[in-house]
Amino acid sequence: MILQAAAFYLFASIVIAAGVMVIASRNPVHSVLFLILAFFNAAGLFVFMGAEFLAFILVIVYVGAVAVLFLFVVMMLNINFAELRQGFLQYLPVGMLVGVILLVELVFIIGTWVTAPEAAGLLAAKTPALAEVTNTEALGRVLYTKYVYLFQAAGLVLLVAMVGAIVLTLRARPGVKRQKVFDQISRTRDDAVEVKDVPVGKGV
Amino acid sequence: MTTWIPSQMTAALPEVFLAIATMALLMIGAYRGNSHTRTIGWFAVAVLLVAGGLVAGTAASPGSAFGGMFVADTFARFAKFLVLIGSALAVVLSVAYIEREEMARFEYPILFLFATIGMMMMISANDLIALYVGLELQSLALYVAAAFRRDSLRSSEAGLKYFVLGALSSGMLLYGASLVYGFAGTTSFTGIAKVLATGTGNTGALVGLVFITAGLAFKVSAVPFHMWTPDVYEGAPTSVTAFFAIAPKIAAMALFIRVLVGPFAPLTAQWQQVVVFLAVLSMALGAFAAINQTNIKRLMAYSSIGNVGYMLVGLAAGTEAGVRGVLIYLLIYLAMTAGTFACILAMRVHGRAVEELDDLKGLGRTRPAMALALAVFMFSMAGIPPLAGFFGKLYVFLAAVQAGMYVLAVFGVLASVVAAFYYLRIVKLMYFDEPADTFDRLLGREIGVVLTVTGLFIAFFFVFPAPMLAAASAAAKSLFPG
Repeated sequence: MILQAAAFYLFASIVIAAGVMVIASRNPVHSVLFLILAFFNAAGLFVFMGAEFLAFILVIVYVGAVAVLFLFVVMMLNINFAELRQGFLQYLPVGMLVGVILLVELVFIIGTWVTAPEAAGLLAAKTPALAEVTNTEALGRVLYTKYVYLFQAAGLVLLVAMVGAIVLTLRARPGVKRQKVFDQISRTRDDAVEVKDVPVGKGV
Repeated sequence: MTTWIPSQMTAALPEVFLAIATMALLMIGAYRGNSHTRTIGWFAVAVLLVAGGLVAGTAASPGSAFGGMFVADTFARFAKFLVLIGSALAVVLSVAYIEREEMARFEYPILFLFATIGMMMMISANDLIALYVGLELQSLALYVAAAFRRDSLRSSEAGLKYFVLGALSSGMLLYGASLVYGFAGTTSFTGIAKVLATGTGNTGALVGLVFITAGLAFKVSAVPFHMWTPDVYEGAPTSVTAFFAIAPKIAAMALFIRVLVGPFAPLTAQWQQVVVFLAVLSMALGAFAAINQTNIKRLMAYSSIGNVGYMLVGLAAGTEAGVRGVLIYLLIYLAMTAGTFACILAMRVHGRAVEELDDLKGLGRTRPAMALALAVFMFSMAGIPPLAGFFGKLYVFLAAVQAGMYVLAVFGVLASVVAAFYYLRIVKLMYFDEPADTFDRLLGREIGVVLTVTGLFIAFFFVFPAPMLAAASAAAKSLFPG
């Protein structure tokens, strides 16, 4: 029990510290790296809650795809972050005010949270008890049966997105030298070498 | 694990067939390259027609599939048939055009097919998630189609504008859907209708409904969510604009009807106010804003906004007769729009596409057949009997009067009188002005065939309308059980 609590506080404090560093670090590349650290530790927290599927997804999708994309963007786009930070202090009071209002609203909402007693019975797909099946299995049970239509349709949406990305960005550029293995190995001496008879003393 | 068995899939057979055929064509295109665009285009037309045959033939018994998320009733069959015909016409009109405009890439018909699958899923959606996924499949393909000519600034701008505003509207729709889910406790349309009928949580669901309505109004381009329409219609390649004006409008309108009349039937009195508001504004803007347009594509954009207004009049009635009126209107709108865009695609001078109204001057003397067809469409859009457009308006206004909405019906008639001005101005330009440059010969036979078929349909609809009216009645009836 002690060990669990210690691990929880370790992960949680790293998430918060990394989160602060994301907005505090001067170098945007460092920000993205701290973001990745925050994702990893949040994934650890999910494992503690028994939500191992969310933990996988967080690592695979957010770290593997989204954060790497961010990294590409900050490295390839030449954004002047010093300029973006100008006026930070000037807007700080307004920002703090908005933050405090949001916090108060959240407290009000959570303080008066009620759930209709019938709500649990209306769930489209009831969650099985955690002791019986892991939640990855529980998701798999409905994803390929009850929700197969939506699963396939989402696949079609992704296919369209891929086709669209290719249509809008792929262009055949002339003059690009590509490696053509077959052409290269089927070259013979006759194609490549020309013997010239150079007269003595005249040069080529 | 009893929720899904293959035999249930027969209800979704047209969609499954269309999806598999589209992916097969995508493979052919990927291996054969852009030189086979024309072949793939004609294959796409064949696939759409076969799917239309499947819709008309197999789903004789209404059924639902995939745990009730997908429903294939008579209403869905009617709307899907219209969408498939509309998409097929759009591909037919595009084939020669994209070659002439040097944008013939094999993805073009493939994107149209994907969008069509999305539209069919929208029409058959019986669940909020299914609705959203279908809508996104359709929209995503359309965003890409709008920006298809990526070297053109206007086309890219149209695509970007459509994408950003479309994403915004999807966000609103999702927010509304989440509220409805939160208050009703289920995403299934059948379940929502049941919960709302008990009268608990209706206020919250109503807020959600308003957001869903806003999202859908964007998709059908009803005022005040119409801002994107003129710019996207003008900027997108003309053949893509033709597609935009025909098929997605039908699908989005059918979805609009299904959502409001199905799960939200217990809130009819509340959503009627919203729909009346949308209808009045759309009719007014469609009538007045089009008067000053000089570009025929922009003119058609405002005209389509106005037409959506008339359709919403039928929906606002909230009765079986109203839905029947909207379905008949959609059928006639399909033919009128396809025909008009066939004319616009034929507007070429010296090998270059032109789209100004002044280019139509004297068409009656230089190209009498095309001028006659365009005149038929314009008279029909203006609602002059005995052309088909008159009957479309007649049935929606009749439904509004029967539902006791006299003011709305009178307003609709007045708006269509104003709109008649700019439709008739085109006829005047063609027959009473000095000829401008003569148009080039038609590209291929397709445009001529489409013009003839749609023109004859519009001109002689009144002779034998019974089968279409009966089909629309049966379709509307399936939405109102008991």
